[in-house]
Amino acid sequence: MSTDFTIKDRTAIVGLGATPYYKRGASLPQTLEEMVGKAIISAAADAGIDVPDIDGFAYFAGGFDTGALQETLGIRDVSFSATLTGSGGGSAGALGLAAAAIVSGQAKTVVVVGGVQQATLRYGAMPSTYDATPESVFYQSAGLAGPGQMFALLARRHMDLYGTTRDHFAEVAMAIRANAVGHPDARMQKPMTREDYFAAPMISEPHCLFDFCLETDGAVAVIVTAAERARDLSARPVFIHSCEHGASVDWGRSIYWMGMPDESFASSGHATIARRLYAKSDFGPGDIDVAQIYDHFSSQVIMQLEDYGFCAKGEGGPFVASGAIRYDGGSLPINTDGGQLSGGYIWGMSHVREAVDQLRGTAHNQVAGARTCLVTGGPSNLPVSGLILRSEP
Amino acid sequence: MSRPDPRTAQRPPDSLFTLVTDQWTQPYWDAAAQGKLVAAKCENCVTFRMPPTPFCPQCRSQQIDWIELPGTATLYSHTVVERAILLELADCIPYVPAVVEPDGAPGIRIITNIVESSIEDIVSGAKLSVLFDPVEGGAIPRFRIVKDAK
Repeated sequence: MSTDFTIKDRTAIVGLGATPYYKRGASLPQTLEEMVGKAIISAAADAGIDVPDIDGFAYFAGGFDTGALQETLGIRDVSFSATLTGSGGGSAGALGLAAAAIVSGQAKTVVVVGGVQQATLRYGAMPSTYDATPESVFYQSAGLAGPGQMFALLARRHMDLYGTTRDHFAEVAMAIRANAVGHPDARMQKPMTREDYFAAPMISEPHCLFDFCLETDGAVAVIVTAAERARDLSARPVFIHSCEHGASVDWGRSIYWMGMPDESFASSGHATIARRLYAKSDFGPGDIDVAQIYDHFSSQVIMQLEDYGFCAKGEGGPFVASGAIRYDGGSLPINTDGGQLSGGYIWGMSHVREAVDQLRGTAHNQVAGARTCLVTGGPSNLPVSGLILRSEP
Repeated sequence: MSRPDPRTAQRPPDSLFTLVTDQWTQPYWDAAAQGKLVAAKCENCVTFRMPPTPFCPQCRSQQIDWIELPGTATLYSHTVVERAILLELADCIPYVPAVVEPDGAPGIRIITNIVESSIEDIVSGAKLSVLFDPVEGGAIPRFRIVKDAK
């Protein structure tokens, strides 16, 4: 008997569905659950699977009410319903949860779905809505009301330690905006110049408006099933090669605690995820053809590029300044759909969507011959997550 | 970025502060109400930890010594908030959330605000001194820049 405990290449994404990416509030009067249902129906249709045959749900960031989805969608029998803990950090990792359900025989057809609707909250001020706890008092009393303020503290430390500049942040924002312009699903269609970037209002220094991701409503769903079954379905399968979530003890509550050791304070918290992700895969950073890097804040893109080994620690700024992340001529095109900074913010699920499009060869900004794609799930408190998808096992 | 900015760092509103404690955090806020800055130190392995939690992450002991600190600190990182992301913040722009390393408690940091200081003086590594802002139910330790410190 095999004792090879691995999910490697044993499952595949066989269906992809999404709502439009709406400007915050513009999805009303739809409810969030309605958008989630539309994404699931669309993903099942893409896969050629009947919605009632879905038997598993894998979520992140609290997930959704599976019972309600089951009743409204008429799903016959659910055998797996689970969510990763934490928030957007689990978006890539939820694919590993789906793969685990299938490889362990707990479900056959698992949907991974994420969605967001931000009708009233601004600037991602979700932490301000959490009930006060003995631990939250410390950051709430300081007026840390949103992640853009929390990650600004990490960004400043990165600038202090490594000489990273706002010009580096600007390059991230401009490179990703360039991918949004002309993309049919992306919200931001106006090119961004360096002058535009530096003219933007400061929000939480050093983060200006264009360092923040968009405020979007929408939902994205994918259907995951066993690799051997995937080949018989209608869509071109995209194989789940490697997927990891968690974080080291250096990270933990991270942005809500700010106690990270100095060597990991100015980071994305992904270093251990990256090591495990590559160790359990056939690939290293040099084998990644295209990457979808969780871009809630431009500064955290730079720190993830370091943590995933695309450049040395502290060299993320010069790395992006070299043009490396540009779709046009870069060695590692990232966020080819305009990312969350300029395409749409769906708590990381838009990155999964674009990765599938790239590996099917159907992306608007197609990276020629792309066979591997890295997807990351939100630098946040534990878990953070990473995923390597491939077009052929 | 280096343009002089003589504006003064404001205080975030008291309305953001709802004092919720448990038996592990209560002594910190009790001390603050009396104008004292304290930190939790493991009685067993003498490792400091903040915020105070039920177990020492080094040795799992639950025995805590509460150590009174001198009230000085070094600025580790900060952000100048220029946009009110909640309505109740509109009257206190700019305010400056900060992470500081208190003297006398190696290895820990405190999330706080820099107040009563010019924005232009708030730079990483700056020397700080604690003050206590009275609020309903106690006081919040915050810090100001010590201008004549080396």
